[in-house]
Amino acid sequence: MPLLDIIDLKKYFEVKRGIFGSKGYVKAVDGVSLSLERGESVSIVGESGCGKTTLGKTILRLYEPTDGKIVFDGKDITHLTWKELSWYRRETGLVQQDPSGALPSFMTVKRILEEPLIIHKVKDKEERRERIYKVLEQVKLTPVEDFLEKYPHMLSGGQQQRLVIARSIILRPKLIIADEPVSMLDASVRVEILKLLQNLQRDYRLSIIYITHDLSTTRYFSERICIMYAGHIVESAETRELLTNPLHPYTRALLNVIPDPDPSNRFIIREVPAGEPPNLLNPPPGCRFSPRCRNIMNGLCDVKEPPVVEVRKGHFVKCWLYV
Amino acid sequence: MPRLKHFFRQLLLYKSATVGLAIILGLIAISIYTVFSIPYSDAIKLWRAGEQYWLDTPRNALPSWVNLFLSKKLPETIILDTENPQVGVSKAIISAGEESSVIKVEFVFDYRYDDFPSEINLFFKSSYNSSPPRLTIHWVKPNGEDIVLKSMLVAKDDRYYISNDEKLARRLRSTFSVKLNRTIGYDLPILVLLFAQEDESLLDPGTAKVMKGTYRLWIDGIAFEKDVKLDAKLVVYGKVYGWAGTDHLRRDLGIALLWGTPIALSFGITASVSVALIQIFIGALCAWFGGKVDTVLQRVTEIFMVLPFLPTLIMISTLYKFNIWVLLLIVILLSIFGSGVKNYRAMFLQIKEFPYVEAARAYGASNFRIVTYYLIPKVLPTIIPSMVLSVADFVFLEAALAILGLGDPLAPTWGKIINDAYVNGALYKGLYYWVLEPSVMLALTSLSFAMLGFTLDKIFNPKLREI
Repeated sequence: MPLLDIIDLKKYFEVKRGIFGSKGYVKAVDGVSLSLERGESVSIVGESGCGKTTLGKTILRLYEPTDGKIVFDGKDITHLTWKELSWYRRETGLVQQDPSGALPSFMTVKRILEEPLIIHKVKDKEERRERIYKVLEQVKLTPVEDFLEKYPHMLSGGQQQRLVIARSIILRPKLIIADEPVSMLDASVRVEILKLLQNLQRDYRLSIIYITHDLSTTRYFSERICIMYAGHIVESAETRELLTNPLHPYTRALLNVIPDPDPSNRFIIREVPAGEPPNLLNPPPGCRFSPRCRNIMNGLCDVKEPPVVEVRKGHFVKCWLYV
Repeated sequence: MPRLKHFFRQLLLYKSATVGLAIILGLIAISIYTVFSIPYSDAIKLWRAGEQYWLDTPRNALPSWVNLFLSKKLPETIILDTENPQVGVSKAIISAGEESSVIKVEFVFDYRYDDFPSEINLFFKSSYNSSPPRLTIHWVKPNGEDIVLKSMLVAKDDRYYISNDEKLARRLRSTFSVKLNRTIGYDLPILVLLFAQEDESLLDPGTAKVMKGTYRLWIDGIAFEKDVKLDAKLVVYGKVYGWAGTDHLRRDLGIALLWGTPIALSFGITASVSVALIQIFIGALCAWFGGKVDTVLQRVTEIFMVLPFLPTLIMISTLYKFNIWVLLLIVILLSIFGSGVKNYRAMFLQIKEFPYVEAARAYGASNFRIVTYYLIPKVLPTIIPSMVLSVADFVFLEAALAILGLGDPLAPTWGKIINDAYVNGALYKGLYYWVLEPSVMLALTSLSFAMLGFTLDKIFNPKLREI
């Protein structure tokens, strides 16, 4: 049984145009299915505004899903109320993009880590202290005493992100959603943080959903990659398979623009798909990538939504080219 | 703790904060001293007792220290009491046979001031069975002249207002007009006649000079009973009293000035802190919950913002008289839905989108916890300066209400003193000290909080420093 099973998940945001204008919906996540085993990690890759962050937050039930189903550990949590979700909060963790914004500036490190424990009724002070010590050691903020009374602004960006990770794992969750955890960090610190996440995943059998726009960092620890475009998952496969053998035109375009530190490349002009991502309030009919696609088949791609096809074992693609 | 120390060090770098803080600490010291040395119930009693309690103090007297700056010294009050033996007081009651006693009382005092006293009163306490003692009261001036003031029968608790005795005044005026061979106007007060040098200058109270020297008031009495008791008290009221002076009811203004301090401070601080905290809380609720909660609270706020604050308060205080703490509660209730709610709501609308709030939701913090532990602490430092600044506003508000006659009628407050002074035409009569003393206290209070508040603003909102 998978740890997390998402079936046809949808999250629409209602918007009003004008005072008397008609209601519209921003279809940020539109029919995403995903399943995740215990200890497995998945990368969700896509450009800004494709709905990957919304997907993460909906999985955490920070948003109420519009439609579809989220099953965690065999329990349907799609429409549970805030109170009923208490146990789920303990089982999940969130690592955000901007570490300095993700930490309350007026709390000390100790207080920041204590908060989740207090909320989840770890009443014994000694136990709380032990857990804080342990988690700080796990994220290698040592010696622990030096950090306990510090405020977030006294830490470096990398240390702040370690603290964010410490906070997300202090409740010993099974699932972590890491929403662009390294995009605001220096290149030198990125690898450290990713290694840290990788170690935690291995040591505690954590499942990680790694949300990023940067394909180059995904190969560090994710076993599977899902490419997201305009609210849909357009391609998903094992990391190696997807990186070496991309099928969807969008995936190919993404891989094509990964910078490659080779001097011989300096005169090559990389081809970028023309146009911009579609407006999710009013997405194009048929395949949502069709207006930008080089391989567009007129009369098909721009009319009918493509089905999901399993081209090879475990390699799914949502494209008319492979039907 | 080190953070606090660091903060104070930074604060004291500014001279304005040092001065402001020093004044505030001084006011707090005065408050503590007052609360412990004159309990509130005593203060109220002293303040409300009226003339019954304040028999021995002069009316509308200046503070004593003005003598330091005057070349002509104003008189202090002289009290001589037979119940309270001292130099210059003597009393003898001698039984003369079975049926009568002879009474002799003598008060001797030195009068070396440059101005006339404001009043003279004699108070008697006597005990007898059926026939009251008959007294003849004499006044002997330093030049040896003996004037009979009055002959009277003394009741058990009696008094003789010498300076108000019109009959005596008429008699003295005719005596002096014969002596000086001039007519004496009706406006020449008894006190001038009793204390002045006997020459031409006496004719005008403006030029009359005090005859300095030893005065004597002696009482010759007889009673037709054996066991008569009599005590007399002579009070020569001066023109200065205490460190603060007195008002029209002879009350020592010092009591109201002292008690005004803790009342003003507690009123101002309680009002500003609670209004700010409640406004923040309402603002946070509006921003966090949105929807119906927001709509209702915002509309209520708008209604309260349209209501004119002072007229509403005047209306309420005209209809109901209440003590100062109920007034404080009403001021708080009228202020909590103020424009602050709108400001804080705007701040919180921004803060609630911060990632750390989302993180808190992700680990399951309840709505209440987010509002109180995550939203409010974020804005608290930025509002401390305005909180300190608004203390002065509320102190002024309380004084303003008292001046308008809408405050607590019982409490001895600064505003109440100004109100009394205003009602009794203090400035018209030239009694500047009566208005100036409470005004200086009010000004000092607001100045100190303003100085501290503006400095805190510079520290907490560093962007202001450049402006």
